[in-house]
Amino acid sequence: MTLGEGGTAAAFAALAFLSVVVSARAYTAEYSFHAFLFAAGSLAAVFTIFNRYFDRPAEPAPLTIDGKPNYNMGPVKFATVMAMVWGIAGFLVGLYAALELAFPLLNFDLPWISFGRIRPLHTSAVIFAFGGNVLIGTSFYVVQRTCRARLAGDIAPWFVVLGYNFFILIAGTGYLLGITQAKEYAEPEWYADLWLTVVWVTYLLVFLGTIVRRTEPHIYVANWFYLAFIVTIAVLHLVNNAAIPVSLFSPKSYIVWSGVQDAMVQWWYGHNAVGFFLTAGFLAIMYYFIPKRAERPIYSYRLSIIHFWALIFLYIWAGPHHLHYTALPDWAQTLGMTFSIILWMPSWGGMINGLMTLSGAWDKLRTDPVLRMMVVSVAFYGMATFEGPLMSVKAVNSLSHYTDWTIGHVHSGALGWVGYVSFGAIYCLVPWLWNRPLHSLKLVNWHFWISTIGIVLYITAMWVSGILQGLMWRAYTSLGFLEYSFIETVEAMHPFYVIRALGGSLFLFGALLMAWNLWRTVNPREAAATMAPTLVPAE
Amino acid sequence: MSLWHKHAIFEKNSIILLIGILIVVAIGGLVEITPLFYLKSTIEKVDGIRPYTPLELAGRNIYIREGCYNCHSQMIRALRDEVERYGHYSLAAESMHDHPFQWGSKRTGPDLARIGQKYSDEWHRDHLREPKSVVPGTVMPNYPWLEQTELDYAHIDDDMKVNAVLGVPYTAEMIANAMEDVRTQASADADSAALVKRYPKAVARDYDGNAARITEADALIAYLQVLGTMVDFKLYDDKANIR
Repeated sequence: MTLGEGGTAAAFAALAFLSVVVSARAYTAEYSFHAFLFAAGSLAAVFTIFNRYFDRPAEPAPLTIDGKPNYNMGPVKFATVMAMVWGIAGFLVGLYAALELAFPLLNFDLPWISFGRIRPLHTSAVIFAFGGNVLIGTSFYVVQRTCRARLAGDIAPWFVVLGYNFFILIAGTGYLLGITQAKEYAEPEWYADLWLTVVWVTYLLVFLGTIVRRTEPHIYVANWFYLAFIVTIAVLHLVNNAAIPVSLFSPKSYIVWSGVQDAMVQWWYGHNAVGFFLTAGFLAIMYYFIPKRAERPIYSYRLSIIHFWALIFLYIWAGPHHLHYTALPDWAQTLGMTFSIILWMPSWGGMINGLMTLSGAWDKLRTDPVLRMMVVSVAFYGMATFEGPLMSVKAVNSLSHYTDWTIGHVHSGALGWVGYVSFGAIYCLVPWLWNRPLHSLKLVNWHFWISTIGIVLYITAMWVSGILQGLMWRAYTSLGFLEYSFIETVEAMHPFYVIRALGGSLFLFGALLMAWNLWRTVNPREAAATMAPTLVPAE
Repeated sequence: MSLWHKHAIFEKNSIILLIGILIVVAIGGLVEITPLFYLKSTIEKVDGIRPYTPLELAGRNIYIREGCYNCHSQMIRALRDEVERYGHYSLAAESMHDHPFQWGSKRTGPDLARIGQKYSDEWHRDHLREPKSVVPGTVMPNYPWLEQTELDYAHIDDDMKVNAVLGVPYTAEMIANAMEDVRTQASADADSAALVKRYPKAVARDYDGNAARITEADALIAYLQVLGTMVDFKLYDDKANIR
């Protein structure tokens, strides 16, 4: 048994023991349940490590076979499958939350599914569960391929993918049970945050270790973006979630920051969760999968360099645009607005670099719906990164803030950019990983059009409802009184909430088509496999 | 040979690339966040701000648990229509004891920064049980379990201790009397002189209308009723801090 196996097993055994103690003495039943999950998960880990030890050959897996790298694709496959599972779960919860706003009856007086608890479940499921698994899976694939080296670590890559998904389980069940820090996109409580920190540092070490092991002289541009995403998210996570727990036996903690400083830290985190999780990480996917699929080199090497450094430098400053006209000092608001507008340039630099990679291969958009999906995702990226700077202008923000316009903006980025580039990458990855042709390109085409209509319905409904509500809030009568009571503006939203839910259901339906298509790719029907036409010699 | 070739140093050394990234992403955050901790103008001194009573703090934790921040902001912006609709724009000092802040980002429902004392306890009770009974067009879910669930305040003094470590001015006396203060504030006929001495202007009454027990509705309504009421804007001088 290697030191890594023994050490990890011992650490998990200790964690199992601690979790049992905590479970027994927990202040609340919900926390006791979570400690029980930690104990069960730890014991399962110990069992798996021993089982694997007895089953595996005495020698560790070779780094190369016949001079070719011996890639480790198991964790990539797992993350890819989990991305699809969480994606559909996250879209479904989103649809339900949308329906609750249109038809509040659907809250059914149940604490666990009331809107306030389900909304964080939706955001975390799509961003961190779906997006996170896509990022971890593709990064492990891309870093091996572009470095021509086997993934660093023996059980570490498995610890990353399994540990990350365990974090998702704890976070998600926590929201439903009312365990939350009430910081947007950082809702999980202190113990889940600590666990994620361990997983994330391991992720960084595996990724960096693979780059160090590379046999190519240069680090490929996609890996710069992945690396920036991994380290920056680590920094953001640690600072934003700094908290003191009430007790080891309590799920409750208090964030170190308060009031205006906490607001600034939160949106420094929140906007860069967008900037580094949902942008830098997915730009890395763009930089590998679009050139691969189009069989064309990246349009401009120099543009990659400029847009990489400019993007990561500028994004960090943009946070205060979430706090215009609030009690945050004016100088910070102005800085946030200014840098948000400048950020438009590197964002479009990235978009141009992605789109122009198609130079000389534009005809493939007609024949390859997977490539089309990825190209449209870059177009959505361009739209969302134009709208963002616009909304960060204080005068525009005074209208758009607190309304559905923000929700629409987020979804043009999330459904159009993050969703489509992820779908494109998964449509590429599954055939490559399982070494089988994609079941049906025609279905991909259906997926593309159905979900595109869904996105258009979603965004336009939120534009109208957001701008309408913003205008109603500030409307005055000729006598100088506010024209509408708040509830009148809520009632005016109803039709748009119904249209939004319709758009969301189309997007979900598209994803279900995709899941079925991928299932058939991995598990082809026997009949279909043998039904290949055979040539009959002419008599 | 040009400047572009110099970039190879990042492309060929993973650790230099890593350090480069860390330096570049650190700058913006450092410039925007650190001054907020030492510039006195960030949080101006205002009379009336006090820490939450134990009952209000417990209510705030229920507000957090139910995710109210997903639909309600607590930040009135300095815009004419907001000031006319909700009241005086929010001051930084008003959330200085909030760990974490609850300014929110979306108004599916109205802002709550100054909801305190605008409606009666009875209205809040009805509204939490079934919002449609008082606001027919609302999309807010019903929260019937709040008035049926006994408030768990067995460890509220531990919560206050942690807040004290983080800089909220809870005294040893406040922490020692935490349980008693919860019971006093949730009751209409207890002697509240000591409570009010510790927490100026704190109001003791039976918030949920059920004298027999202290429920989560007691705590949440106590919290809602104190929101935005600590500063007396008849006395507030917005020029006092201008230097």
